[in-house]
Amino acid sequence: MTIDTDTLGPPPLSVGVLGWLRKNLFSTWYNALLTLASLWLIYTVSSQMLVWAVTSARWGVITTNLRLFMIGPFPPDQAWRVWVCVVMASLLLGLSAGVWRGTVRNLAAGLAATYAVMTLLPFEADTRIWHIVNLVAMVGGFALGLGRSKWGRWVLVAWLVAFILAMIVLQGFRGNPWLPEAGSNLWGGLLLTFMLSLVSIIASFPIGVLLALGRRSRLRTVSIFSTLYIEVIRGVPLVTILYMMQIMLPLFLPGEVRIPNVIRAIVGMTLFTAAYVAENVRGGLQAIPPGQIEAAQAVGLNNALTMLLIVLPQALRMVIPTNVGLFISLFKDTTLVMIVGLLDVLGVGRSVLAQPDWLGRQTEVYLFVAAIFFVFSYTMSYASYRLETTLGVGKR
Amino acid sequence: MAQPGPTGLRSSSYIAESQTMEQRATIPFWRDVRVIAILSQIAFVLIVAALAGFLYANLSTAMRQRGLAAGFGYLRLESGFEIGEGLIPYRPSDTYGRAFLVGLLNTLLVSGVGIVLATILGVIVGVARLSTNWLVNRLAAVYIEIIRNTPLLVQLIFIYFGVFYQLPPIAQTLEFPGFIYANQRGVFVPRPIASPTFLPWLAFLAAGIVIAIVLWKFSPRLFKSSSMLAPVLVAVAAALLIPALGWMLVGAPPLTAEIPIRERFNFQGGLVLSSEFNAVLAGLVLYTAGFIAEVVRGGIQAIQRGQIEAANALGLSSAQILRLVIFPQAMRVIVPPLTSQYLNLAKNSSLAVAIGFPDLFSVNQTIANQTGAPVPAIAMVMATYLLMSLFTSLVMNIYNRSVQILEK
Repeated sequence: MTIDTDTLGPPPLSVGVLGWLRKNLFSTWYNALLTLASLWLIYTVSSQMLVWAVTSARWGVITTNLRLFMIGPFPPDQAWRVWVCVVMASLLLGLSAGVWRGTVRNLAAGLAATYAVMTLLPFEADTRIWHIVNLVAMVGGFALGLGRSKWGRWVLVAWLVAFILAMIVLQGFRGNPWLPEAGSNLWGGLLLTFMLSLVSIIASFPIGVLLALGRRSRLRTVSIFSTLYIEVIRGVPLVTILYMMQIMLPLFLPGEVRIPNVIRAIVGMTLFTAAYVAENVRGGLQAIPPGQIEAAQAVGLNNALTMLLIVLPQALRMVIPTNVGLFISLFKDTTLVMIVGLLDVLGVGRSVLAQPDWLGRQTEVYLFVAAIFFVFSYTMSYASYRLETTLGVGKR
Repeated sequence: MAQPGPTGLRSSSYIAESQTMEQRATIPFWRDVRVIAILSQIAFVLIVAALAGFLYANLSTAMRQRGLAAGFGYLRLESGFEIGEGLIPYRPSDTYGRAFLVGLLNTLLVSGVGIVLATILGVIVGVARLSTNWLVNRLAAVYIEIIRNTPLLVQLIFIYFGVFYQLPPIAQTLEFPGFIYANQRGVFVPRPIASPTFLPWLAFLAAGIVIAIVLWKFSPRLFKSSSMLAPVLVAVAAALLIPALGWMLVGAPPLTAEIPIRERFNFQGGLVLSSEFNAVLAGLVLYTAGFIAEVVRGGIQAIQRGQIEAANALGLSSAQILRLVIFPQAMRVIVPPLTSQYLNLAKNSSLAVAIGFPDLFSVNQTIANQTGAPVPAIAMVMATYLLMSLFTSLVMNIYNRSVQILEK
């Protein structure tokens, strides 16, 4: 057998694992140095973290206080109300995953897997039952929605109705034996974090759209007022607005009106976010080609109808991904309410550290809090990235 | 009715004109767009004014009832509280106005230093994110994702309690070469002290820098050299040698170091970087760098591949390509979002209150609690941040314009 020089394989150092290593890690002398330095960094950090997490960390601070981290001072015997809201969300997520394909389905699959794993973990019996209920609701919703792509619009309506329903279930009624009042002053932990960010983003959206329209208005006074509002709000830190609302909102209203601290924070975050929503929406409005407006006028639509039927639907669709980004930063910024004394996840963490049993366990607590935020924010930014691709925004 | 004109065209236009004239005359004034615009603006102003009046009336009643001060008279009163650290001397017997100033300077210090360090780190991470080295690239990506997906406040508190608070107590202070000490209270370093010969030496330093710049710009023409390295070497030599010559000529050393002296319970003298300051600075820098890195990456990726290929074809080294081709062009894309990151850093410095660094917001919170004048105190803080934001955007807009002109 002779060696066929034409079919000689590539040199062994340019293909396979070795080739990949050579190309991506050791292509030049400084790349080799960088690789070694990175390896050393990864090794020191991860080995120290691992040793600490296994030997000297006391994770009991998290497991014993898990309920506090989730719902804060919400009465434990009323915790089922929070679970009912979570089950509603699971059901709807399952339904959405059935109706739509793509990102929603991936998210739902991830959450379902999480529930499945959670039922296996050693939680208390009733918690495990709720996990199973959630899993069942999700699968049921998925089965219900599968293939019914015409339901899309109704599923969106259902989400909104569910949100209002959740508020009612959480709030309760005064004197009602089945659903006693559990006002916003009892909300805490992750529950408070979610309520703050969801209510603020939903409430700030209409205000933001109005401000954006106002800023582009031909009426001078309206546009000056809107611009002034947007620029002033964007020029000051959120924490000053939250602090101002805590102190000044009661002063601004007639003496007999009493406002819980959580509502003051929500008002502050809403007014703050509205300015940023307005700037996002303005970007969308500016991206609408003038031909669209001219065409609408040519068909005989008046100004209001042109806005409502032609410009806004396109502009709002265009700014969905940026608004998801805004929601993520709002979600992270809810931690600032700790500074004005509310018990969000971070505030609960701080109060847990004041328990004599867990003094000096800052690292465990704050790592846990950071991990919670990371999981949610990372999932949302993944979803927004996928959404951007699906909607085809930014592609020309 | 229209009169017959000499040509059909003119007559029809005349008809149209007269008809619109007639119509305009019959349109009631409340349907005239100009009138509507004026009326709706008047209505808008009235509504806003009514709302503001309502809020103001409530505010003044509530403030009178609770005995809250409305004026700024408190600024001249004695404050009576301690502030942990500051750039200017301050004692509890000083006024609230001076306390405000201490807080403002602390905010400016941490923002100013933070902006410089965050830019450096952000550019490094952004370039690393685009590295062809897979490991470096992944490491930068992990760093960016962790930083961007966790709240800054959690990071700040974590860095304070997890890093600076874990340093040993004062009795077991860590010692580093060069008279640097670190313990739970902070990091103590020698403080440079200007001696009487400092000013004359400063002239030598300035001369050195100016000559270095001139040499760096013009030496290729002076020495008729095409080497890229020679002008840099000449410039560095000039920048080092001239001040060194000055140091010897002025006699007594122009700068002396005040070394921190260890005492029983504390350190005396030297420059103190408190743990709170370090934590705020580190947190802000690490956080903002994650965002700046993404800005830098976006800017670099916006450059067309052909630019880099052309530079390669000309035989430029990869460092030269980065410095001469990529950065000047990327700057145009980078500067506007970079500005908003700088603004965010300055505004985020207000979170320092959570770990007890006496910044503008923190000091004013104390003032508001003590004086019973929360409304003016809040107004002053917000106005100050607003001015800082406006000033930063002004400076960055000017810089942005200079970068944009380079393009042509």
